[in-house]
Amino acid sequence: MSKQIYFDYAATTPMKKEVLEEMMPYFNTEFGNPSSVHGFGRHGKTGLDSARDKIAKTLNAKSDEIFFTAGGTESDNWAIKGVAYANKNKGNHIITTKIEHHAVLYTCQALEKEGFEVTYLDVDEYGMINLDDLKNAIKDNTILITIMYANNEIGTIQPTKEAATIAKEKGIIFHTDAVQAYGNLTLDVNDLGVDLLSISAHKIYGPKGVGALYIRKGTKTKQLILGGAQEKRRRAGTENIPGIVGFGKAAEMAYENLEAHNKKLINLRDKLTKELLEKISYTRLNGHPTKRLPGNVNISFNFIEGESLLLSLDMVGIAGSSGSACTSGSLDPSHVLMAIGLDHETAHGSLRLTLGDFTTEEDIDYVIEKLPPIVDRLRQMSPLYEKVKGGNK
Amino acid sequence: MYSEKVMDHFMNPRNVGEIESAEAVGEVGNAKCGDIMKMYLQIDENDVITDVKFKTFGCGSAIATSSMATEMIKGKTVKEALKLSNKAVAEALDGLPPVKMHCSVLAEQAVKAAIFNYAKERDLYYEELEGFDPTEDGHDHGHEEE
Repeated sequence: MSKQIYFDYAATTPMKKEVLEEMMPYFNTEFGNPSSVHGFGRHGKTGLDSARDKIAKTLNAKSDEIFFTAGGTESDNWAIKGVAYANKNKGNHIITTKIEHHAVLYTCQALEKEGFEVTYLDVDEYGMINLDDLKNAIKDNTILITIMYANNEIGTIQPTKEAATIAKEKGIIFHTDAVQAYGNLTLDVNDLGVDLLSISAHKIYGPKGVGALYIRKGTKTKQLILGGAQEKRRRAGTENIPGIVGFGKAAEMAYENLEAHNKKLINLRDKLTKELLEKISYTRLNGHPTKRLPGNVNISFNFIEGESLLLSLDMVGIAGSSGSACTSGSLDPSHVLMAIGLDHETAHGSLRLTLGDFTTEEDIDYVIEKLPPIVDRLRQMSPLYEKVKGGNK
Repeated sequence: MYSEKVMDHFMNPRNVGEIESAEAVGEVGNAKCGDIMKMYLQIDENDVITDVKFKTFGCGSAIATSSMATEMIKGKTVKEALKLSNKAVAEALDGLPPVKMHCSVLAEQAVKAAIFNYAKERDLYYEELEGFDPTEDGHDHGHEEE
């Protein structure tokens, strides 16, 4: 049981060797504070500027539109609260979706308690928003639309460009949480027409604890973290230079390699999905069959519960995740699986396997071999399966 | 997060299955909350539980507590089985994480529900079943920890 295969790249990724190497000097030799005038500080500043340039380039943004944060969560919080507070003279209505990451959902809910009004758009069975719903939700007092680029659980990619166009026509600021999409899909802020975009380093083989927010020049936002004059006086705090340098390197590598990365992942993803759906009955793919992240597989297995599935997989060295309530300690299964219309039982029986740069075809074959007997064992124990079997025979 | 005993009972559960002519059958929980336990007891004329089987839809600890509960009541009298507490099941498994304690409650309830049905059919009275409601299944999911 020494085999350990990682299938949770959407949770986090292992840092690449090249990224670590790029970061190392900034911990001790190039340790200066970029705000300092002396040479130590200047070296730190060079690392900071270079990382900012690299990330800007991957998004077709200008360097001075990239603001470093402590991660995707802070970027989302800042984008939404920053826009809401800075534009509340124009209105207090925000539009988002029911399937956002909690970093967005809980921020919106917090704003509701402060008197903002939030519309949560429904999604269809694939987790896709309806653009007409978006148009109909817009009101005179709408100041912000925030829609995630691609979903972290089911991988569905939203029509972000079309949604941003609708926002622009009405003069409404548009933010997208692109934490899962960044490093996996081509993101051109100008082609997309987004005003703000959140990204994170640890999802793209960079370090944890560092992210960025793209803010289009001229977008009115309020500063949330107060203190020093860092990040053009918009986000205070001494910069996490090693982390930022690592983020820059990781971003550069992700986009140098994007086409090959995607081709490989899509092939492996589709093979894994197809084989599991064929080999195991009473299953369904969650999320859109094609408009989904290259590395995302999310399947529900009826009559069994996700945590027991994850434990069993862990025993054979396969590390996945689930939208079952029992994995989170809460009463309800994933809000995303509920929003796409799954019943509780099917949502509890979901398994997410996310693939990445170190996933091999052998890894996929190993899952295809190990998963069916595990599902069968758990079903044999399930009183729900007993009823179905009884009905069929 | 789980003890070795929990993992053992999850990976190698004792007494999985059904008993077709079981004297007592009880089912608790619901799919909405993510766990359902069904228990089958074979009871002889001396009120001794001669065989127990279970089927469970649920997380690892739901399966492990079902398995442990069946072991703990096998060979016992009905009266003794009714004394099985969720705490005893959890202790026998070397403890459960706080958010999973409801699984042990469910296991206790499953045993009681089976005997409740058995007593009802036969018009028997067990004082241990006073106030027992088979529709309650201890589903607080550890909300007091929040």
